[in-house]
Amino acid sequence: MSDPVLLIRDLRVTFDTPLGELHAVRGVDFDVSSGELIGVVGESGSGKSVTFLAAMGLLPPRAKVTGSVILDGEELIGANPRRLRSIRGRLMSMIFQDPLSALNPVHRIGDQISEMLQSHQKISNRDAATKSVELLDLVGIPQPGDRARQYPHEFSGGMRQRVVIAMAIANNPKVLIADEPTTALDVTVQAQILEVIQRVQEKFGTAVVLITHDLGVIARVASRVNVMYAGRNVESGIVDSLFDHPSHPYTRGLLNSLPRVGSERLEPITGFPPNMLRPPIGCGFSPRCQFSQPACDAKLPELRSFGDLQTACIRAEEIVVSGAPVR
Amino acid sequence: MSEPILQVHQLVKNFEIRASRGARKVKRVVQAVSGVSFTVSKGQTLGIVGESGSGKTTVARLIMQLCAPTSGSVTFEGRDLAALKFEEMRQLRRRIQIVFQDPFASLDPKMTVGASIAEPLVVQREPGNHEERVTELLNLVGLAPDHARRFPHEFSGGQRQRVGIARALALNPALIVLDEPVSALDVSIQAGVINLFDDLQKRLGMSYVFIAHDLSVVRHIADQVAVMYLGKIVEIGPKQTVYEHPTHPYTVALLSAVPVPNPSVERARQRIMLEGEVPSPVNPPSGCRFRTRCWKATDLCAQEEPRLVQRPTGQLSACHFPE
Repeated sequence: MSDPVLLIRDLRVTFDTPLGELHAVRGVDFDVSSGELIGVVGESGSGKSVTFLAAMGLLPPRAKVTGSVILDGEELIGANPRRLRSIRGRLMSMIFQDPLSALNPVHRIGDQISEMLQSHQKISNRDAATKSVELLDLVGIPQPGDRARQYPHEFSGGMRQRVVIAMAIANNPKVLIADEPTTALDVTVQAQILEVIQRVQEKFGTAVVLITHDLGVIARVASRVNVMYAGRNVESGIVDSLFDHPSHPYTRGLLNSLPRVGSERLEPITGFPPNMLRPPIGCGFSPRCQFSQPACDAKLPELRSFGDLQTACIRAEEIVVSGAPVR
Repeated sequence: MSEPILQVHQLVKNFEIRASRGARKVKRVVQAVSGVSFTVSKGQTLGIVGESGSGKTTVARLIMQLCAPTSGSVTFEGRDLAALKFEEMRQLRRRIQIVFQDPFASLDPKMTVGASIAEPLVVQREPGNHEERVTELLNLVGLAPDHARRFPHEFSGGQRQRVGIARALALNPALIVLDEPVSALDVSIQAGVINLFDDLQKRLGMSYVFIAHDLSVVRHIADQVAVMYLGKIVEIGPKQTVYEHPTHPYTVALLSAVPVPNPSVERARQRIMLEGEVPSPVNPPSGCRFRTRCWKATDLCAQEEPRLVQRPTGQLSACHFPE
């Protein structure tokens, strides 16, 4: 594997709230290499979005971010805002669930893409316009020349998401972070958008981080996956291994709670995620875990190698050997 | 098949909207539901799947008589709902209930959960001790009796949805319309709510109309499945046959678009990539409404609308060139 283009080490994010400090991300390590598509999966509140918003320097000032985010050899935590502005959209881009909020309703699509190009490159208006049309074509928008002269409201949801992808890749970034890019879309359109993202990854060797709650989407497009729970990375590895023999009880729980063909009864995970205002001292999943022991609550388990996976469960060996079922 | 409880016949709903063409205002008609028929049997579940704009939520509203159909009929326990007088309909509402998608919007934030659950009992002037009934209902949906005194904001999404279910159960309905009841929930929580629907049906024997865009959830819970596209049912039949031997190209494409949580299966899969998106229901395509995205479409599909025809595998589908 080549050197990671984005490297995150011990990232921590806390928010000052009227109720106290909210620990959204509690020491996350992560890396992604060029041309790789990594999935980040977790449920609401697991810290998956906050981790990457922090990496992009997009969190509000009341968020306290510590740790290290190294993009192509450059430390981003503590970098000055001007430098960050020059990096965002050029070296690292991010797209979101709702494309409409990323588009300006009163400017033509083509002009918005041109603006993206011209804020990072010395390029003439005419060249920027030509490049914009090329980009629209690349993300699969029919009649790109005509469409470039239209406004966001004239585009459907799927087409808007394509436009946002075109903007994100305009300056050929090294890293593309896609935060739930298909969650608001219908399945047939989701399939199209996932294909566009894969095409970008293959054609330009972009490192893609795909944040989602949908394990099916991960299985379709990702090569590696990180599972997040309560602000921690609880398991990571190659998708095949992780889906085939997950080592962490939370990953098992997630997979078992999905409806599958021939299953009479679903197996939900009981209980709720912990309150992140007062995160537990030990494993965050322990209160919901059927394998929990006093040792689990004593201290926060670190990620460690377990076969071909990385796991944050101290009992992974026993659980896997005991043959606890994974359907 | 057992006795029918709900029969929907040739249901049509057009919404008139005012659109602006420049400075000019024009009247347009959104054809939300265009001739939908199905039957739900006692104690059974009909799943309705479709993408946004397919008309599935409008069907739910029509069943509930929350809006009046343009034409067609809804027959519940042998009575045509449109023909009922106001008071008769009010009485009948205790037999049909609905659970909505958004557990945050469907509960009054200023009412305790207990009061919300008791509200149907009050509205229908139900005799007896409401407090006892609320406790019973909370137990039934897996919540604790003391939850009755709390407010919606104190609950998680999954718990709120359980409150919504308890409220729907308050009057012992024979049919519950579930409109995307688990879409807003995280998967680990979703599983518990789906199990609850299963348990309640086994215990209380009511029927469900289960509307969802998630095909795997519908596959789990439904007996019969109807696939909707642009206001029409394109395929309907027993769950097994529709999922295992889909005959309408749209059903085939829809099933192939759903990602399966298994990397090796995903890699081996032949995917049918549909082009474009669902056309506007203001101006649906002539003939077969799916033809603009269908890889099999010919001139015939534009000229003649295919009718629902029984296939050898048992389901009905509306296609000139079935699989």
